[in-house]
Amino acid sequence: MAARLGLMAVPVAFFALFFAYPVAAIVARGLKVDGVWQFGRIADVLGQSDIRHVLWFTSWQALASTGLTLLVALPAAYVFARFDFPGKQFLRAVVTVPFVLPTVVVGTAFLALVGRGGLLDELWGVRLDTTVWAILLAHVFFNYAVVVRTVGGLWAQLDPRQEEAARMLGSSRWAAWRKVTLPALAPAVAAAALMVFLFTFTSFGVVQILGGPTFSTLEVEIYRQTSEIFDLATAAVLTVIQFVAVGAILAVHAWTVRRRETALRLVDASVTARRPRGAGQWGLLAGVVGCIVVLLALPLAVLVQRSLDAPDFGYYRALTDADGGVFLVAPIEAIGNSLEYAVVATVIAVLIGGLAAAALTRRDAGRFVRGFDALLMLPLGVSAVTVGFGFLIALDEPPLDLRATWILVPLAQALVGVPFVVRTMLPVLRAVDERLREAAAVLGASPWRVWREVDLPMVRRALLIAAGFAFAVSLGEFGATVFIARPDNPTLPVAVARLLGRAGELNYGQAMALSTVLMVVCAVALLVLERLRTDRTGEF
Amino acid sequence: MLLSLEGATVRFGGRAVLGAVDLGVAEHEIVCVLGPSGSGKSTLLRAVAGLQHLDAGRVLLDGRDQGGVPAHRRGVGLMFQDHQLFPQRDVGGNVAFGLRMRGAASRGEQDGQVRELLDLVGLPGAGRRAVASLSGGEQQRVALARALAPRPRLLMLDEPLGQLDRSLRERLVVELRELFGRLGTTVLAVTHDQGEAFALADRVVVMRDGRIAQSGTPLEVWQRPADEFVARFLGFDNVVEGTVVGEAADTPWGKVPVPAGAVQGVRMLLVRPAGVRLVSADSGLRCVVVARTFKGTHVAVQLEAEGAPRLEAACALREAPGVGDVVGVEFDGAEIVVLG
Repeated sequence: MAARLGLMAVPVAFFALFFAYPVAAIVARGLKVDGVWQFGRIADVLGQSDIRHVLWFTSWQALASTGLTLLVALPAAYVFARFDFPGKQFLRAVVTVPFVLPTVVVGTAFLALVGRGGLLDELWGVRLDTTVWAILLAHVFFNYAVVVRTVGGLWAQLDPRQEEAARMLGSSRWAAWRKVTLPALAPAVAAAALMVFLFTFTSFGVVQILGGPTFSTLEVEIYRQTSEIFDLATAAVLTVIQFVAVGAILAVHAWTVRRRETALRLVDASVTARRPRGAGQWGLLAGVVGCIVVLLALPLAVLVQRSLDAPDFGYYRALTDADGGVFLVAPIEAIGNSLEYAVVATVIAVLIGGLAAAALTRRDAGRFVRGFDALLMLPLGVSAVTVGFGFLIALDEPPLDLRATWILVPLAQALVGVPFVVRTMLPVLRAVDERLREAAAVLGASPWRVWREVDLPMVRRALLIAAGFAFAVSLGEFGATVFIARPDNPTLPVAVARLLGRAGELNYGQAMALSTVLMVVCAVALLVLERLRTDRTGEF
Repeated sequence: MLLSLEGATVRFGGRAVLGAVDLGVAEHEIVCVLGPSGSGKSTLLRAVAGLQHLDAGRVLLDGRDQGGVPAHRRGVGLMFQDHQLFPQRDVGGNVAFGLRMRGAASRGEQDGQVRELLDLVGLPGAGRRAVASLSGGEQQRVALARALAPRPRLLMLDEPLGQLDRSLRERLVVELRELFGRLGTTVLAVTHDQGEAFALADRVVVMRDGRIAQSGTPLEVWQRPADEFVARFLGFDNVVEGTVVGEAADTPWGKVPVPAGAVQGVRMLLVRPAGVRLVSADSGLRCVVVARTFKGTHVAVQLEAEGAPRLEAACALREAPGVGDVVGVEFDGAEIVVLG
């Protein structure tokens, strides 16, 4: 128990300092007038019909987006887990790229696809940007990878013989899947669904661009109240409401996961995949590939096409030019900044998240530890805007003045990345048979050696996936970074947003070009990760 | 005593899984704990290994209290029921694990020791094989080599042969006893299989509901089961209540002879099948044959007498009656045990 508390000390301190403290600061700034708490403000804000409308829309669009994402992505998770086909690695990376794109770029790409003057408009005169469908499709685009990676990663390691055993006991193929595989996958599906729900519940960039004046989420409203109306009090109240809602969702999730937790029989992922057989399986594969092409590749293709819409790579060449006036430096330098920040943020996130996951692994974890599990998820649910704004107002005065240091940006990005690391590693860590650890202990391995010798080799894959996610999230992080990135050190998403915020063909084209660069950087990083993964599967 | 348990108690939610167990294992001794599943045998091993916290009592190794000593510093070996080989390591990596943790030997010395151990357990040259490619018997051998590698002062085996097929089990149990004798290993094993326990152990400890029901050499336990539970667990079904007076006892099967010096009064009696002699139908206890089972060396015959429990008799192959035959039964006092 003492050892576990020791493991948790670092993550707890990290969260207290860089999450709880800034959030407390912003809430106090909003709700405290002349040193007196004004809790009546909460009722006032909730009494406004437009706020209630925002709450209602935020909830149902998140639910609809989650359902739609699961519907589209679960067959893909199956295909990636169980089928072997040429180009699988590449396709897996393609699937993950959208997730790491800045929300602003996704919004713009979909606008270019389904908006006014977009591809569909040009071809058939179809426009979706005035309906909620544009938002829902963009959310599916975004979160497809969450489901495929979280669910598919576990699915690939489930022993197919378990299903065979059920079939020999008289179950139909469908019943065997439902009774054997589905319960084993349920925690991963729940984790993925929870992530998707939280991302869409707190969706910012996508709704900002595709929602127009009609559709507004809580997050957009908080941003609007903060930066346009400068009504900090209302923004703070909305933050509190979001906090409570997210806390409730997380509590339900923790409860379901705990109920379903089982030690799984994991096998090498490479032995469970085989070539599709029969028209049905090839059809399923074709359907999934078709879906990926239309839903994921097409918007990106449109994005690239727009970035090349000037002679001689004009938009790209303009990126090396500092004279544009949007930045103090050439936009191209944002690439270096982004990579440096993302590497540091990944190291922090993997360290903090890994420690937390190790501490949370034990089945006999008490109430306190489980509460900590939920706490770790909160940065996912609280708006990134709040994190960034909180950093700005809380960490800018002694004793903790970090405003002038570069570490502020990676810290904020790591904060957003940690829940990914924990979520990815925990299911796998918990699936490691406790008696394997005991076997190692009896052979003389100290708790630390047990972790290194037993847990680490088994979760290396999950750890790499987690690191990849943390890296991608850091690269694409926008909501918090936009508040704290210094003008002379912009990150890629911040640079894109600034370019988009300016009128003119050249700025728009440069934004497209820079987004394309970001997309390529992400794709390369992920392809490297994929390569790393194949090299290690033998050890699994 | 190398290992002593003093009043070792483990409770799961108020239920005592181990109830004040006292047990000693001397150096070079092979002790086998025998009991049905749920009797607390595995918990006993886990408590000695340091994987299970004791609610009361002590575990002593070489006379030193192990309270507060974590599992990895106790220097005991434990072979798990389903082996628990590390799936991501090959056979050699599994066997070398304990050596690496002890950190004493160089890489080359480790390789040498792994080779010796694999030879010892009958798997020469298997070091590079993946554990997933091993058969059940081979896994068992690797698990044994892995447990032996760090030279534990006490080796514990949890159902060591439980998952193997019968012929392999019978062969391996002989090999194990030979091997432990040669190495002078001190062994504490648990099993639910009496044949395994009797073949392996110097001393057998029968457990029931977290308590020790009987302890003794295999011969002692076999010849004089302590009570009805032990007798039935050993596979004897002819257990019945009777009133012992002098050298005879009154039972539902009639008057049966008992050994001289038997405890007097109302007692449980065990009648070994070998002590049930079949005679012609007009003498002794009148019984009907209801079933017969071929046992290889003899035939087990199930007999039913009016108003009495079933009776099992062991018959020579040629003399066994058929089902439905009516026979007479007489009892041999030397094969009857008055239980405690």
